[in-house]
Amino acid sequence: MSTIGSGRATGTTAPESDSGAHGTLEPAPGSAISRFLSDGWVTTWRNLMKIIRVPEILLFTMIQPIMFVLLFTYVFGAAIDIPGDGYTSFLMAGIFAQTVVFGSTYSGSAMAQDLKDGIIDRFRTLPMSGAAVLVGRTNGDLAINALSMIVMMITGWIVGWRVNSSLPEFLAGVALLLLFAYAFSWVMAYLGMAVKSPEIINNASFLILFPITFISNAFVPSERLPEPLRVFAEWNPVSALVQSARELFGNVPPGTPVGDAWPAQNPIATVLIGVVVLLLVFVPLSIRKFATLSR
Amino acid sequence: MPFLEASELVKTYTPKGAPVVRALDGLSLEVPQGTVTALLGPNGAGKTTTVKVLTTLIRPDSGSATIDGVDVLADPDRVRRMIGASGQYAAVDENLTGFENLMMVGRLYHLGSRVARQRATELIELFDLAEAQNRPVKGYSGGMRRRIDLAGALVIRPPVLFLDEPTTGLDPRSRLGLWEIIESLVSDGTTVLLTTQYLEEADRLADSISVIDEGRVIAKGTADELKASVGGQRVALTVVDEADGDAVRGILARHGTGEPVVTGGRTWVVPVADGPAALASVVAAASAEGVALHDAGMRRPTLDDVFLQLTGHVAEESDETTGSAA
Repeated sequence: MSTIGSGRATGTTAPESDSGAHGTLEPAPGSAISRFLSDGWVTTWRNLMKIIRVPEILLFTMIQPIMFVLLFTYVFGAAIDIPGDGYTSFLMAGIFAQTVVFGSTYSGSAMAQDLKDGIIDRFRTLPMSGAAVLVGRTNGDLAINALSMIVMMITGWIVGWRVNSSLPEFLAGVALLLLFAYAFSWVMAYLGMAVKSPEIINNASFLILFPITFISNAFVPSERLPEPLRVFAEWNPVSALVQSARELFGNVPPGTPVGDAWPAQNPIATVLIGVVVLLLVFVPLSIRKFATLSR
Repeated sequence: MPFLEASELVKTYTPKGAPVVRALDGLSLEVPQGTVTALLGPNGAGKTTTVKVLTTLIRPDSGSATIDGVDVLADPDRVRRMIGASGQYAAVDENLTGFENLMMVGRLYHLGSRVARQRATELIELFDLAEAQNRPVKGYSGGMRRRIDLAGALVIRPPVLFLDEPTTGLDPRSRLGLWEIIESLVSDGTTVLLTTQYLEEADRLADSISVIDEGRVIAKGTADELKASVGGQRVALTVVDEADGDAVRGILARHGTGEPVVTGGRTWVVPVADGPAALASVVAAASAEGVALHDAGMRRPTLDDVFLQLTGHVAEESDETTGSAA
């Protein structure tokens, strides 16, 4: 790089003007890992600032789960009979799962939007890690999801939801929900880069998310569903997530029959396997996609 | 050896259900150190694709490129440590303030936060954005966005700067302001590759102009060389009534040494051998035929004329007017 430095020595004119006078700035010393972590932090910071500066994001993130808790509790709660602690206890794990999965779609629309705005082009001309951009983006979803989990828990508590398990189990349940959503953020980030249109990816996400969250055990026990839907629900990873959370929060209604499908029998293992598979497929796929991405 | 060199770049795209587009069709380019080269051409000529290849955003199908001896295709990371790029779409984060945007770029160049902060402060000063520096960019005017975007490209004081249509879509005043900034950078010895569809911009800023069309360089030289290559003087007549176009065309064809062409609907231009004599005779002929003239004069060839001569079509949006008048 010394040739560049010496080349810059021509800047003798315009003393108070800038640019050439002091030569090209060199990067501070640092290892590849520390640079990756720094890039990941800077892009995460950027996404957190977006949450702070665009109040609508926070507002909708908070209002939607509150609305769902109240709607389901008071509208369906009256009609759906669940033994034990009743519908609210049964419902909360379903609302948690649905909300965090929905929350993970921000990565899809945000990647498409950044691409459209040309910010991805700017990032890609910088000597930074492309993977860090994706890490920062998915971390942004994680932050939104963590916030909405807190809001939902408080709301749930007010309407009568209680955790009937130990603290470690409760924390494990929260971690599992956030982990699954985090892995799903990588899927959405990839789709956002592949589709390239924020509008299309937004609409398309709803077409995927409504069926996979509603044809599950999130809002009604799946054994009450008609046969084809019941089979779908039993194999649906969202059902496994909901079932795991219900078990870890101690909200499984007494005497609930468990489906025969392997995921229904082993919900926590299913979620963990799902997380690993999603990450193993979509992290490399997304990083490769990013490396050739341009407006 | 030129500081920046591109050789035989080819890039094709295959849009769905359409024939293959050759965005770059063997484009070659040389930019000596400390000079400004403009890529001049209409939309779709391959200007932006060229910049994208040189800034490591896309890989060409074939061809090679080096910047200060570093192979752009083999060593993109090293190239990214020596370039700054600013595009026609200000690539800034709307939700961050101007200062935060520059800080972010500095951090992503791994300058360390003290240096990044110091540099952001300098650039805010240089680009006259001190008042707006702590406001989110979404409230900025178009000209301010371009300035903060250009500032972002200058964070490491890169030896090479790519400006892709830096003033497209700006109002004349903001354009002039940006030109002054670019001129001051150039006086400091930065090597610049600039793309533009504005002939005036190339004329004002560039040491050397490469005219490109359909993915190839079709002519290059200084603005004066290019104008001289078209040669001679022109007579231009502007008619009051567009309906007189055919009459004027006939008059100019009789007195000129080439084919008359129309620009802007009512102004007809033809190359002539002897300017003053030709001007006198065409004005007399127009008067004899009862054609009302709004303006008549001699002029040196402009880059518009160069472009027209080389490509057979007018640069920018006046395409339609030529079509309808022809």
